[in-house]
Amino acid sequence: MMKTNIAPVIFRKIQQNVIQERFFAGLNAMLLPIIGILIFIALWAAVAKNIDTSLGEFPGPTQVWEQSFILVNEHKAQHEKAEAFYERLEKRNAKRVAEDPDYVPTLKIFTGAPTFFDQIWTSLYTVAVGFFVASIIAVPLGILCGLSKGTYAAINPLIQLFKPVSPLAWLPLVTMVVSAVYVSDDPMFSKSFITSAVTVSLCCLWPTLINTAVGVSSIDKDLINVSKVLRLNAFKHVLKIVLPSSIPAIFTGLRLSLGIGWMVLIAAEMLAQNPGLGKFVWDEFQNGSSESLARIMVAVLTIGVIGFILDRLMLSVQRHVSWDKSVSLR
Amino acid sequence: MTKPIQNKTSGQQRHLELSDVGIDFPTAKGPFCALKNVNLKISKGEFISLIGHSGCGKSTVLNIVAGLYQATTGGVILDNAEVNEPGPERAVVFQNHSLLPWLSVYKNVELAVKQTRNGRSRAEMKAWVEHNLALVHMTHAADKLPSELSGGMKQRVGIARALSMQPKVLLMDEPFGALDALTRAHLQDSVMEIHASLGNTVIMITHDVDEAVLLSNRIVMMTNGPAATIGEILDVDLERPRNRLAMTDNLKYNQYRHAVLTFLYEKQNKIQTVSRVKADIAQSKKKSSSAA
Repeated sequence: MMKTNIAPVIFRKIQQNVIQERFFAGLNAMLLPIIGILIFIALWAAVAKNIDTSLGEFPGPTQVWEQSFILVNEHKAQHEKAEAFYERLEKRNAKRVAEDPDYVPTLKIFTGAPTFFDQIWTSLYTVAVGFFVASIIAVPLGILCGLSKGTYAAINPLIQLFKPVSPLAWLPLVTMVVSAVYVSDDPMFSKSFITSAVTVSLCCLWPTLINTAVGVSSIDKDLINVSKVLRLNAFKHVLKIVLPSSIPAIFTGLRLSLGIGWMVLIAAEMLAQNPGLGKFVWDEFQNGSSESLARIMVAVLTIGVIGFILDRLMLSVQRHVSWDKSVSLR
Repeated sequence: MTKPIQNKTSGQQRHLELSDVGIDFPTAKGPFCALKNVNLKISKGEFISLIGHSGCGKSTVLNIVAGLYQATTGGVILDNAEVNEPGPERAVVFQNHSLLPWLSVYKNVELAVKQTRNGRSRAEMKAWVEHNLALVHMTHAADKLPSELSGGMKQRVGIARALSMQPKVLLMDEPFGALDALTRAHLQDSVMEIHASLGNTVIMITHDVDEAVLLSNRIVMMTNGPAATIGEILDVDLERPRNRLAMTDNLKYNQYRHAVLTFLYEKQNKIQTVSRVKADIAQSKKKSSSAA
């Protein structure tokens, strides 16, 4: 009898210990980052007070916090303005049509300045296009380089030559070429957008290209022999053996590329005047009001957070498509 | 017991024939002759083991038959056609299974079945994949990934994939080398069972003397490289089906075993003793000092 009574008690005790241990482990995982952030904010607040610039005191956490709400309100206000504008337009057009049935209503577009959130959207769109174009070129080229030593030998010097080039060096050239080549009466994209996207592409081509080439060239030799014994043709060989086995390497490259692309984009937008986050920073800098620095700081933090989210997104895609679950991806 | 290299099956129809096969590998110091004068005639349904010390060119012989290597001299003829490229009629079971790690067991076999379609309909292909998985007792794991299987199970799937190509010759490159003794025994029994029911011609590389005697019709013993060749060929005249337990008391079985062991450890002794290694080092030192 004793034994049967004691067992559940002991079990409960063990269970409690386990729960406690887990609780503290969870607390540590949450607590330490929070402590880190708090220390950073405190240091920032202390140092900011002591920096006087020509635009006033360097913004501390409080000013930046306030500015972020102002930016949200500005966005809402602009949104309401736009809605009011379209409402007025619709009413006026309806009235004109009622007076004169032959009248064809003119389409007008609201021309208010883009808000901070519109600019975030533009930046995301631009980096997506630039990254997509780069990937479409880099992955097949990388596969070709990995499959054929000759191609790799031919292309490798070019990769090494262009990989370290700063986006700022490309930009003037890209701007001039886009202005000369992209001429149309009814342009689908603005030139500043194309210039920024092309610059992003040029800089985030390389990590994907190199990683794909390395991934493809290091396929298990036995798998290549399997392909030979099965007499897979070149297309099937790439599709069934090469591509799946180098997927982990390709995604490592893509993740690096997206990170670089996002970094390059801000610089490109500043100079190309593409209405994204880069232009926001540049305009605030040129504006030079007492709030500018706080607003730029909001943009800096936003750029950081978006970069982090993009990286996590790529990581989760990478985890999803990677067949080698034994590798811990971080 | 052993006999000189000679054609035992000259009267029968030719099936697989290696004639005067040799291979040189290019190295920085000029061509390295790995294999020389390999002559072997194999009739349909025979189970051949290749045995020899590491680095004696067993794998090279197998790779030449598979078409993965090109012989420098001589050649291989299978059913009156010269072998010069790999193909599914000479399916290979690789030493470390070589399953595609991103495909399930079923999909791995299916890839081979689709490649060697033989005019099968979709339903027939499905049935054929399942039949081959059943043959190696792996039906229960059809949807598992190779990484979820034990070494023995992976090798079973590798065998199912090779069999599903309906090869004229099944080539096995030390198929059980990386497995523990019990798993190996299980797989050997499976291979004997399959060989009895399908009657494929099999060439198997092995290090294991018991395995060679238990499974084979003939054991081909190779001399040490460089310029390795066939040393002796041993006919294993034991009734099939062979039972591994009964064999331990079988006089003939033990004589065959003894013959192979004698070849490996007396005639082709390659075991390095401490004194011999020391002598080698001393000699090479002497050489280098005299050269200087």
